[in-house]
Amino acid sequence: MTAAAKTPSTTPMVLAERVCKDYGALQVLKGVTLEVQKGQVLVLVGPSGSGKSTFLRCINHLEEVTAGRLYVDGDLIGYRERGGTLHEMPPREAAKQRRDIGMVFQHFNLFPHRTVLGNIIEAPIHVKRVKKAAALERARDLLDQVGLSEKAEAYPAQLSGGQQQRVAIARALAMNPKLMLFDEPTSALDPELVGEVLDVMKKLASEGVTMLVVTHEMGFAREVADQLVFMDGGVIVEAGNPREVLKNPQHERTKAFLSKVM
Amino acid sequence: MTVDASSPPIIHAVPLRHPWRWVAAIVIIILVLLFLYGAATNEAYGWATFRKYLFDQRISRGAWNTIQLTIYSMLLGLVLGVILAVMRLSPNPVFKSVSWVYLWIFRGTPIYVQLVFWGLFPTLYKNIQLGVPFGPSFFHLDLQNLSIPFILAFVGLGLNEAAYLAEIIRAGISSVPEGQSEASTALGMSWGLAMWRTVLPQAMRVIIPPTGNEFISMLKTTSLVTAIPYSHELYGEQRNIAAVIFQPIPLLLVAATWYLVITSILMVGQHYLERYFSRGISRTLTDKQLEALAKAQMPGEGHI
Repeated sequence: MTAAAKTPSTTPMVLAERVCKDYGALQVLKGVTLEVQKGQVLVLVGPSGSGKSTFLRCINHLEEVTAGRLYVDGDLIGYRERGGTLHEMPPREAAKQRRDIGMVFQHFNLFPHRTVLGNIIEAPIHVKRVKKAAALERARDLLDQVGLSEKAEAYPAQLSGGQQQRVAIARALAMNPKLMLFDEPTSALDPELVGEVLDVMKKLASEGVTMLVVTHEMGFAREVADQLVFMDGGVIVEAGNPREVLKNPQHERTKAFLSKVM
Repeated sequence: MTVDASSPPIIHAVPLRHPWRWVAAIVIIILVLLFLYGAATNEAYGWATFRKYLFDQRISRGAWNTIQLTIYSMLLGLVLGVILAVMRLSPNPVFKSVSWVYLWIFRGTPIYVQLVFWGLFPTLYKNIQLGVPFGPSFFHLDLQNLSIPFILAFVGLGLNEAAYLAEIIRAGISSVPEGQSEASTALGMSWGLAMWRTVLPQAMRVIIPPTGNEFISMLKTTSLVTAIPYSHELYGEQRNIAAVIFQPIPLLLVAATWYLVITSILMVGQHYLERYFSRGISRTLTDKQLEALAKAQMPGEGHI
């Protein structure tokens, strides 16, 4: 399952052990096991309803795992284990875990009542208690990185989709996360705006940011990913080096899916 | 597709006629004129008394008390309403149930009954003490010696209003897309912080117009505080005068005129408030967003 990519350091950034998620009778995840090393990029693909977004949301505990274990940088997510028993985690600690995990959503979810700068400094100031001047300085740096310095005072509604998503990425990076989750970051964008978002993500990958990306952009997967995971029906069907999986899929399901999206 | 150079002639159609609208309007105007003539010539309306008391000092003082009652009870209702709405939506089952029971009682009993009850409050509880049970007392308020009908009046109205405002605020909060609280959660915000910083500010747009309605409605509901009994607001003062001069009809008309004038002023205010908030969404979005979109679609805008 684990791809032989970069040299693995001692603790993997993400370690999923037979992760299951069900909503009553509906089983969305049926035992997902994978490992992402620090600095690696893992791309999750699969048809809609395959559970890839749910898995991503489990990683920062937006969804509760119902069976199996999920670790980020060695910490068990969402629960505390004491003497072999799991305890529900107090909301304060769950929030603490999420601080270090950045998330980018399909529909950006920028705060419409705050400016671009206001969006970026919101969490550093109110969650991490960073001084406003320092937060602003960092925010301007990040805006520069995503190429939107001149939009600092604009409101999200005045930006295009691609610009909004780049601000959303900057907002997540402002918390200095050790892991970035991208949930179909380009699916809501017009085709000609997809590139600018992917460019920012490629740059992050080259800087060694650990990333988990749910996407349908196979070109991005081929170019950037260290691991490609194909999910269907709540399980991992196939995983491995993206170039190999894309060129020479082993399973019928993977072949059928790839023939439709490529 | 080819574009025709010559534009087609502008349509000049014969407009539809609406004869029955005219008939209905004329009939209604005649009926109204007949009623006005009847009212003007009817002695029982007491128009001389109406003119005499329209700007009486007791009436204008009563109107001022009505406005004060409205403002205080709405302020109390708003503060309590926000707390109740947030409690109702919180993940805490204790808060949820407390809020539910509050709404159940205050929306489930008539406001008039509640006001009579608050009027009897000093009979039920002779004084209010704050302290350790069976131990020392830190705070003492004697309800018997205080003249508190005004306080009871606005507290009674405010507690009732809180229940209705809580539902309005809850609807406003629910109107904010789920992605907003999700994004806040993902950034490590607590539930309370996300509510205060992200959700409530956005809910205001939905909350404000119906709250304006409640404000106007409250102005009229203050006439019920006669149940406390408190009789120094507009309706009460009017009744006090009418009881002395035995002329209830002209004084009722005086009070109605004042209510109508104040309500009209509030309605104008509400109109502008609503226009301001609806403009906030539509106009700024289209103009600037279109401009931004046009820019973004220009080639060579891609960064990095």
